[in-house]
Amino acid sequence: MEFTGYVFYIFSAILLLASLRVITASNPIHAALALVLAFFTAAGLWMLLEAEFLAITLVLVYIGAVLVLFLFVVMMLDINLEEIRKGFWGYLPAGALVGGLMVVEMFMVLGGKDFGLAEPVAHAADYSNTKELGRLLYTEYVYPFELAAVLLLVAMVAAIALTHRKRGDTKPLNPAEQVKVKKADRLRMVNLKPQKPEAPKGDDE
Amino acid sequence: MIGLNHYLILGSMLFAISVVGIFLNRKNIIIILMAIELMLLAVNMNFIAFARYMDDMAGQVFVFFILTVAAAESAIGLAILVVLFRNLRSINVDGLNRLKG
Repeated sequence: MEFTGYVFYIFSAILLLASLRVITASNPIHAALALVLAFFTAAGLWMLLEAEFLAITLVLVYIGAVLVLFLFVVMMLDINLEEIRKGFWGYLPAGALVGGLMVVEMFMVLGGKDFGLAEPVAHAADYSNTKELGRLLYTEYVYPFELAAVLLLVAMVAAIALTHRKRGDTKPLNPAEQVKVKKADRLRMVNLKPQKPEAPKGDDE
Repeated sequence: MIGLNHYLILGSMLFAISVVGIFLNRKNIIIILMAIELMLLAVNMNFIAFARYMDDMAGQVFVFFILTVAAAESAIGLAILVVLFRNLRSINVDGLNRLKG
């Protein structure tokens, strides 16, 4: 077996073990960190498939932004783990049955076949994956690309609108009111007669 | 030589693991969201493997869009989760019966 074969099998093993850890970890923070490992390993496999730009995007955008967002949310929430873990392994038989069936079926369909695509096409030494992807994105797929940008904007507005809340216990300043204020609004002249202080009377006399 | 079917079987295993994860953690929304991310990763793995072996960049373009949609989905999902936690003081799926649907 070539070197890439060893790399593929080692990375696949790490990917599957990390994803098993994601679904079985009792602490959600451990699950999020295992998810980071899974995505990082998947980025390595994508490198093996010569999708360099997407591999780097997976590390930067996915691990750097989305999974850190997961970690933030997990740490922000105070989760009662005992209640949530109740009956955890009770669902294993049904889940394992469905998952095992899926793997066996896919193995029967896919195992040992190459679909007439045995060898990947070798590229020239100056072939740039990023350049090809960029050329496609900005010519053939430019409308979907714009739509994706709009989708991200909508998602951002939606996420902020969902989590934004008006708090009743804050006392914000209104600068417009502050600027408009007149002397008469704040200052009241009172005509007080001069008074003599009363003679002190107390117990000490 | 690593063939196309190796990657496809790896993708299906990853997908099956995340399905089992949704079964196991059916009370914990955070882990369910993570399992959905893993499912999308499995699908992306298939797309990239086909793009490589068929020498067609369209698969990689599609993965690019899937990544975009997945990022939007997880951002909104986590926002909903935060609002849910603020209202229920828990992230148990069983508490999600206010709409009585």
